[in-house]
Parts: sequence; C-alpha cells; structure tokens
Amino acid sequence: MTIAVPPASLAADAVRPLVRIVIVGHVDHGKSTLVGRLLHETGSLPEGKLEMLKAVSARRGMPFEWSFLLDALQTERDQGITIDTTQIRFRTPSRDVVLIDAPGHAEFLRNMITGASQADGAVLIIDALEGVRDQTRRHGYLLQLLGIKQVAVVVNKMDRVEFSAARFGDISNEITAHLTSLGVTPTAVIPISAREGDGVAARTDNIAWYDGPTVVEAIDKLTPAQPLDALPLRLAVQAIYKFDDRRIVAGRIESGHLRAGDDIVIMPAGKIAKIKTVEGWPVTPLAGSFGAGRSVGITLDRELFVERGDVIGHAGTAPRDTRRLRARIFWLHDQPLTAGASVLVRLGTRETRANVVAIEKAVDPGDLASEAASEIKRNHVGEIDLSLSQPVAADPADSNPRTGRLVIEINGRIAGGGLVLSVDSGQRAATADIVPVESALLPGERAARYRHNGAVLWFTGLPGSGKTTIARALERRLFDRGGSPILLDGDTLRAGLNNDLGFSPADRAENIRRLAELAAHLAANGHVAIVAAVSPALADRAAARRIAGDRFREIYVATSADVCEQRDPKGHYAKARAGGLPNFTGIGNDYQPPTASELVLDTAGLSVSEAVGQVETMLAQTDVLIEDLADLAAHI
Amino acid sequence: MDHLDALEAQSIFILREAFARLKKLALLWSLGKDSNVMIWLARKAFFGRVPFPALHVDTGKKFPEMYAFRDTYAKEWDLDLRVDPCPPIDSVDPTLPPAARSAARKTEGLKLALAKYGFDGLIAGIRRDEEATRAKERVFSPRGTEGGWDVRDQPPEFWDQFNASPPPGAHLRIHPILHWTEADIWAYTKREGIPIIPLYLAQDGKRYRSLGDQDITFPVDSNAASIDEILLELETTKVPERAGRALDHETEDAFERLRVAGYL
Repeated sequence: MTIAVPPASLAADAVRPLVRIVIVGHVDHGKSTLVGRLLHETGSLPEGKLEMLKAVSARRGMPFEWSFLLDALQTERDQGITIDTTQIRFRTPSRDVVLIDAPGHAEFLRNMITGASQADGAVLIIDALEGVRDQTRRHGYLLQLLGIKQVAVVVNKMDRVEFSAARFGDISNEITAHLTSLGVTPTAVIPISAREGDGVAARTDNIAWYDGPTVVEAIDKLTPAQPLDALPLRLAVQAIYKFDDRRIVAGRIESGHLRAGDDIVIMPAGKIAKIKTVEGWPVTPLAGSFGAGRSVGITLDRELFVERGDVIGHAGTAPRDTRRLRARIFWLHDQPLTAGASVLVRLGTRETRANVVAIEKAVDPGDLASEAASEIKRNHVGEIDLSLSQPVAADPADSNPRTGRLVIEINGRIAGGGLVLSVDSGQRAATADIVPVESALLPGERAARYRHNGAVLWFTGLPGSGKTTIARALERRLFDRGGSPILLDGDTLRAGLNNDLGFSPADRAENIRRLAELAAHLAANGHVAIVAAVSPALADRAAARRIAGDRFREIYVATSADVCEQRDPKGHYAKARAGGLPNFTGIGNDYQPPTASELVLDTAGLSVSEAVGQVETMLAQTDVLIEDLADLAAHI
Repeated sequence: MDHLDALEAQSIFILREAFARLKKLALLWSLGKDSNVMIWLARKAFFGRVPFPALHVDTGKKFPEMYAFRDTYAKEWDLDLRVDPCPPIDSVDPTLPPAARSAARKTEGLKLALAKYGFDGLIAGIRRDEEATRAKERVFSPRGTEGGWDVRDQPPEFWDQFNASPPPGAHLRIHPILHWTEADIWAYTKREGIPIIPLYLAQDGKRYRSLGDQDITFPVDSNAASIDEILLELETTKVPERAGRALDHETEDAFERLRVAGYL
C-alpha cells in the first residue's frame, strides 16, 4: 500500500519539521530493504526506479531486491551489503525526513559513525530470527555516545518467525533492557516485515496482536535536534577576515544568540569586548538577533587578538578554559590508542596537540566487556584523560553538546571522537567567593635553591610492600642533596587531617583526593611531596594524577602478597587473618595494580638503597631532579 | 531560522573551513544552477569577495548561453576566472560508452588543471540527491594522486569535523552544497535573485533540468517557464533530475566508474 503524503510546498516548508534519522543495525538485518519499502510506501520513488530495480535484480538472477535502491555501488550490489552511508529524502504525513542508511558491517563502522553523527534520531533494526547481535549492541552504544536519545526499534523479518508475538516480546525485552542500561529509552518497538510491508506504513492482519505505532508513525513522532538556541552563547571562531578596512571575526553560532552591542568574552584568553556590528553581504551591517546554527561575521569595539579556535561567549556564561579534559571516545584507527600517546585533538575549530595521560576504561561495545585499561582497540570505546598543549574553551557534553565534543586525528585523518565528560576534571572549579592566593615566590626561585622541580611521587602497593621504607629513605636522600622533600604517609594523615574518614570505597576515594590535593599544592610550590599510600583503586589514583597533572609520578612497589604478609611490619596481616580488620587491603583481592606507572619496584630482590637509586634515576630522566649543577660541581 | 537559512549557514561553515584549512583552493564553476548558487554562497561567506580562483574546465562544447553567462558574471562578480581546456577525445579510455567517454574528457582536463596550478582543494557543487553514488560522498572527500576516489576507504566525518590534510600530490574535493536538493537550489536562487541561464526555463514545451555539454545533455518535457513554475513542477514530477544526462544511463555502473576515476 501507499500512504497519502501531502505534496511539498514552499509555504509548508517553513512549518514542516525536518528530521534526520539514521537506520542502523547488524548486517543483513534488513536496513536497506526497510529504506526501500519506506520510500515506496510514502510515494517518494522517482519514476522508473521500481522498474530499474526489477531489471537490476533480474540481471543478477535474484528475486526483487529493495536494497539495490540505496546500495548504489557495484560492490555493494554484488556482495549484497551496504559499504558506505547514504542519504535520501522522503516525507511522512507531518515530517520532512532525511534518511541516512548506514552500513552494519564492523569494518565499516567509520561510515556508520559518519552517517549517524548527523542524525536527530535513529531506527535500530533487529532480525526476528537472529535476535540481538553484537553489532546491534555496538550500534546502540554508539547512538548513545553520539548523543542520539530518540531510538525507535524495529524487529524485522517477522514473516520468518510466523509473526510470533512471543518471539517479538523476547527480543523487545532484551533490546529495551540493553538500551535502558545505556540511558536510552526506545520510543517504540515495532514488529515488521520490511520485504512484505507489515508494520511499515500499516498494521496488517499478520501483526493484529500489535497495537503500537507503525514505522512511519514512529518516525513522524521524532523531533528535530534539541533547541540549541536556549543554551548560553558559543561562537566558534573559524577565521579573521580583513578583505577591506573591516576586521571581521567569522564563525558559527553553536548555541545561544548574539546581537550588536552584546558584552562578550573571548575564550580561552578571557579577553572582554563588545560586539560593534554584525556584518553581512550583500547588506551590511545586519540588525537583530542571530541564533544557533547561523554562520556570522562580527566586528568588535576594540583591537584584540582573536584567532581561529577561540570561542566567544557572553560575560557570565562563558565556557571554561582548560588544559585538561576527560572524554569518552570511540576509536576507529587500526592502531590502538595507548596511554602516553601524543595526538592531535580538534574541539570545535580549535586544534591542539595533546597527550593521553591515562586510559581509565576500555569497553568492547559489542559484548560490553570491560578490558584492562591500557589501550583502546579499534571499534572500542574508552574513557581517557587528556592533557592539552594549549588551553581550550570547552563545556561538558551534558551541558552543551556542540562545545562538548571532540575528535582525535592521527596522521591527518580522524581516528576517533567522542564526548567531553568533564573539563579540568582534577582542578575543581573555584567558586566565585574563593580567591586562591598565589605564592610570593616564583617557581624558578625554589627550583634554583632545591635543584629540583616540584613533584608528587606516589608510592602505591600492598601493605608491607615497602612503600614507607623506601619513601623515608628517599626523603633523607633528597634532603641531603639540598632538596625539599616532604613525606605524606597515608596512615599518618589518617590520624589527623583525614580522621573523619573510614574505609568505604567513597571514604577511601576522598582520602586519596585530599592526599593528592595536599601533595599537588606542595608540588606546585616547588617541594617534592612523597606520598606512601596503598591507594588500591585505579580510578582513585587516576583522579590523583589529574589533580597533580604533569608533576605526578607513580611508583608501583610490586612486592608480592606472600612476601608482604611474611614481613607484616605493622601486624595488620595477622590481625586481618584473625578477623580483626574487615576492610584490610591485601588479603582480599581488592588491590588494582597500575597498568602504566612511571616506575615499578619489586623489593623482594632489591635493597632499599638500590630502590632509592632507581627512583632518583627516574626523577632525573623525567625532569624532576636538576642535574646540571651537580655535574658542574664534579668538574671543579 | 528557516530551511533555506539553515542550508545557507551550513554551506558557509563548510566554505570557511575549506578556506581556513587548505592552502591552495579553487572553486569549480560549471556555469550551471548549482555552481552559481555555490559562488553566491562563497560571496556570502567572505563578505562579497571570492578569495580563491573560479576554475572552468572547458570542454568547448557548452551552450553559447553558458559562455555568455560566464563572461558576464565573471566580471560582475569580480572572479579570478581560470579557463582551462580539456584534452582531445582520443586521449580518453576508448572502452567507455560514448557519453561517458565524453565526460571522462572533463576528468582529464581537471587533472591537467590540478597539475598546472597545484591546487590542494577543489570546491565542487555536487548534491547527494542528484545521483546515488554522490549520496555516499563526504563533505571533505580525499582524492588520490591520480585524482581517484576510493569509495572503499573514505575517512570518517564526525559531526562537522572534516579531514583536511591531503597527502602530497593528492587533493580534496570539498562539497559545500552536498546537503541541498534540486528544489532547495531553485528556492534559494529565487529568494536571493541569483541570475540563471535561460535554458532552464521552458520554451516550446521543453527545458533543461541539468546543463552539461551540448552533445550529451538533452531537454525534458516541461512547461515551467519561471522559477515558481519549476518549483511547482518539482513537487509533482517523478522524473529524475539527470534524466537528460546520457552518460548516467549507458550502463549500470557508468557513473560510478567515472566518479571513481575522478569525475565530479
């Protein structure tokens, strides 16, 4: 059947919403067939197209194949798969739809991302016979990562399961649970047969037991992308043009509004100006207010250095400037992304080198298995901590989707991308009432006296591994060479500063946070803060690294549990074995060893002074100890 | 912001990204309705000035009305116009069907112009709705050193982040109006008062919907003698835009072969 769709008319264009939807799902679950059927039933096929498809199918000796409509490439038709994303338009009774057909094959995930990243909503397709597959889950995960919240699920090929309501119910429950766990609520779950037409534009007798919307009705309910106009102003600067005597700042309004006369802040530098004019062509200057999505050009009331990559906001609601970001990204490159990697990050129009400080989580979105977080493999998702070589203006994605997303480039090609989870995550925002006071000394003054730069040396390892012993010996060694080491022992601080904290995971995390804040403060003032703390959780230590930034050095005292228990310097193991220390780390399995520390020490075969020597070598190699003066002295 | 405003803003964004990120750009001007809109958009993006050359790869077989249009508006729009000829037909793959072979001449002309000027970016006015392989294009689409399009290995485009670092000797095709439809082009042409070549308007029951070379482009049946009438016609017609383009219909994959080899 073909449903009645009102003809396009120019007057109606202004009021008919335009939505972009992407059709995703496992290979062979019927995406292209559904698209062909949708176009046919909404009367959107050009003349002769049906006949052409019949001829193409016949030439290949196949029954009629809808997917040939979109699978335009020869290889696609020959292999019966969609290789690249494509876009096509059609109309439902109340929407103009741009339909994006995305490939299901794992090796074409980059094409699926390319298509889906343009969409307002999605249709996720599942084969009734095969049920939910890895690629189905992967696509569900990616939709969530791309910020697509409206997902209609269709269970296709119901004809192959005799239109069984029970089979439909099982799949419906499974996919609903999966999507809900990702924070996406399906707008509908629809039983269909794309080939036969059931459930696409009409509820047929075959699915008489189903009383929800058809696919066309579900698409009709999708709404265009979120209103960016209501958010604070973000103008991403693309360039400064000086083609005549005007100096025009050109860019796109990503969110919010602007007009001539507005007070603005140019981030990340934080310079303040007023918009003098909004320029245009062929008419200029332009009056009125300009909202999200507009590409504009403005002039300012004063000469300021503004450059590509800057973000303009209004005074009071400007974005944060930061050199540190935490992001959840999808990785597409053949080579896994590893901690320590040097990459190029693009955030809006800003481009900057960045270092992957840590990989905190890695997940295969196909089976949702978390993996050892030392790298993110191709087509996997991970959470990373980035240190940027230039400050950027950014927002967390949940407060602004446009300035809260980034891509990573390797060798000139986009290799991954995703959402900003937090900005400046380690250095918590100072509230308006708190004005941190800077030291009276310059950083270099202390370094010149102590012959070292400020650092946080974080010793982690099981109780009894030798952390405190090495830390104390190191404190002595650094002091004897004229430095300013300060020992921060976990137990000692728990006796005072942290005596309000217990041993729950939350209290342990807070204990580490305070240790890290204190150590980072000392390091920022030129001291070497030596922290000795079991700090069993990877996430807590990653948080400490974020707080201390580039000054952080992690030293893993990797002595085995057996050796530690034999030593038992504080009698904790014995007490724990006797049941007296219920939350003791060491006998349980709750210690998470580091995956990428600056130094690993195994004290089983190492003397204390050898261990300290290794720490010193590492400190010299990582620019904490300044050796040139010592060398000079040796030559006198 | 209405539909045409949104299309315009996105195209301006793309043009400005191309200008910011590539060193040596040119805009391909085929004199048709799409590339005329594209030049107009470039003038909007850069406040009246097109800051890169307009390149016409000339087969010598355009309609006289098209040459007249070019010479008038190159001057009026203050374009840095470069006209480069195509090589003779016998230098083109003889196994191609006749119309495709004629079109492939243009690809050769394009390659010669690229080599001559060293452009690393070519802005082209193709649209997704014109033809099925064009629907699979990227906004910034890399071409190999031979000008070829590797459809199997297109880089990902996340949101509006484009890949803009072609390897040495290669170039990028930039498609600022990929997301427009034929009806959008006409509605915008009307709204902005962009001049058009009269061949698009019906005379004696025929008009050109798509303008290529004289020998391989044919008019379609139509009584639409104004842009308003064209728009009305587009609402009801089911005849594809390129129906009058011979090369699209010679073999199933004629157009794909041309595009993979570097055709627009």
